[in-house]
Amino acid sequence: MTEADVLLKLEEIFRDLFDLPDLQLDVSMSADDIDEWDSVNHVMLVVQIEREFKIKFHTAEVEEMKNVGDLLKLVVGKLNTATLR
Amino acid sequence: MSSLELTWLPQQSDWNDSLKYFTALKHSEAWTALVDMANARLDMMTTIKLDRQLRKLFKESPVNLQTKPVRLAMLGSSTVDHLHAGIRVGALRRNMWVSLYQGNYGQYVQDIHDDGSALHAWAPDTILFAFDARHLLAGYHVGEPAQASEARVAAVIDRIVGLWRSARSKFGCDIIQQTILPIYARLFGENENRLPGAPAALVARLNEQIRTRALDEGVTLLSLDQWAIEDGLTAWHDPAMWHRAKQEVHLTAMPMYGDIVGRILAAQQGKSRKCLVLDLDNTLWGGVIGDDGIDGIVLGQGNALGEAFSDFQRYVKDLSRRGVILAVCSKNDEKNALLPFEQHQDMILRRDDIAFFSASWGDKATAIRAIARQLNIGLDAIVFADDNPFERNIVRRELPMVAVPELPDDPAFYAAMIARAGYFEGIAMTAEDATRTQQYKANIERESGRDSATDLPSYLKSLDMTLHWSRFTHADQARVVQLINKTNQFNLTTRRYSTEDVGKLLDNSAVLPLQMRLVDKFGDNGIISIVIGYLIEKTINLDTWLMSCRVLGRQVEHAVLDIVVEQARRMGANRLIGHFRPTEKNSMVAEHYLRLGFTALPDESGIDRRFELRLDTYQTLPTFFVITEN
Repeated sequence: MTEADVLLKLEEIFRDLFDLPDLQLDVSMSADDIDEWDSVNHVMLVVQIEREFKIKFHTAEVEEMKNVGDLLKLVVGKLNTATLR
Repeated sequence: MSSLELTWLPQQSDWNDSLKYFTALKHSEAWTALVDMANARLDMMTTIKLDRQLRKLFKESPVNLQTKPVRLAMLGSSTVDHLHAGIRVGALRRNMWVSLYQGNYGQYVQDIHDDGSALHAWAPDTILFAFDARHLLAGYHVGEPAQASEARVAAVIDRIVGLWRSARSKFGCDIIQQTILPIYARLFGENENRLPGAPAALVARLNEQIRTRALDEGVTLLSLDQWAIEDGLTAWHDPAMWHRAKQEVHLTAMPMYGDIVGRILAAQQGKSRKCLVLDLDNTLWGGVIGDDGIDGIVLGQGNALGEAFSDFQRYVKDLSRRGVILAVCSKNDEKNALLPFEQHQDMILRRDDIAFFSASWGDKATAIRAIARQLNIGLDAIVFADDNPFERNIVRRELPMVAVPELPDDPAFYAAMIARAGYFEGIAMTAEDATRTQQYKANIERESGRDSATDLPSYLKSLDMTLHWSRFTHADQARVVQLINKTNQFNLTTRRYSTEDVGKLLDNSAVLPLQMRLVDKFGDNGIISIVIGYLIEKTINLDTWLMSCRVLGRQVEHAVLDIVVEQARRMGANRLIGHFRPTEKNSMVAEHYLRLGFTALPDESGIDRRFELRLDTYQTLPTFFVITEN
């Protein structure tokens, strides 16, 4: 899965979860740019990403996710490690 | 993660598309459409989406619901809001409306006790208490004296019971108490309970006592600890989620949690389902009775698949014992469909267990409508179990109010699937539940028959008893061996025979090995008596005579003696010698042979006492049986 594919999939999750069918996800976006991305929804977002990509975040990693770019990097990194194994 | 899927609900491939069409629906149609969509196999995301649609379309309960809207306050010591969507959808699945109180977690004491609290203004009619172990056992001390541990548990329980009582007196509401999730890692190991103050052991004690006290106080339980046992703790609880968001119940468990709350709320309104309608071929036994015949269907001992079907029948029978009405809906000739119920040795379900038996070649939706009419219950009280996806789907389409669980391919998992769906959720067992089952009914009829009958003979006559006898058969060998080896009371000599021993008797013409089966108007009691006699010089020596105590007092022994005498004559004997060997348990038959007209023979100081009956002077005893040879 390329970085572009992952971003597309992330966009779909954001749209579904936050009920924003027209959302265009950009790597620079953070919680400040999306009203619905509050702390409660962040928990849900993380769980849904884990489910969709069949990955598991480290407790420390969840703390570090500040924007879409961070998220993307983390997911791609985990998917690559999974493939290497 | 997948272990908490709502596996009994069908996948709906067009689910996401359906969600989009809601804008086109009239308000009155929208609710029904939402209920249908809630009855699909939803996960976290689809549950959230459906809940969002529900709240968009309905700000309050639709009018004319058949169920009472519920105002539920979920009061917890940790975050519970993430479960709300699941609860609303779990109720929607059952055609119910739930409003949920939005409180702050950890505020439950003030919520209850402060008359000016937001909760008081909101006025719940149901309160669900959800406490986490870390909160309840804060300050636990490993290694403290056992007494201190006991006092700690007692104090927590007193606090909880106090909350129940306050909540009830302030709000007059129903109370649901969630049992405590066993989240603690073990310190001591297998014998954790031997370490005073060990938190894992304390949680177990808490749950024990919550159960006891809830029964006394009329509080309904949500047994979360049992679910953790069934699914594994990790399915229900993720410590990472706890640290991240103080969510004790895992977000991915939310749809299942909500369904459990939904079934409890429905049960409290008497909306649990009441009747299980069963298909026959490949649902209650393996194979097709019409094709494979009575000897060809797979059921019972000696075959893993057959045992799996037996196990399912046992579960169904137990359901009927707790008050679930059973019905049959099969595409079959009625004669064929009834055959296993009447003749198959390994059927656990009997014709008597089935309140309404529908076997025809018409479609099953029509048949189920007729069953509901006959039993005078609503279609929404019915669960329909069928292995055939075609039949399941047509019934779902025609009768959406009937619950139709997905059944796994392997019958070994049928019972678990039906149990997991929680269709028959019970709150309290009533006397009425018990009497609803046919087994109990039959017993009550027997007893009342005894009252109204003027004397024993006419009562026995009214039972329409038939005694089917035969020499030992290969087919019944296992049952015969079992009876010989476990009967202690009505057993004249208590001589045990192995399977091999019994096998040797089958074709020996100098032996009289008899098995007796009793059928009465209440059903087939199975093989209930056994006699083994050996022919030695014109004498039949009765080595074994035993009977199941279930059929005492019916003069079965008179009829058995008739059979024995007739067979002894046929073998050329002119007398019977009965043997009695006293044991600690068989004193009830000490007079057995004398009562039957035998004469005691002089004591030869052997272990057995011996009694003689001359066949030339024997006169048939009066009995109330039709005697037939099988």
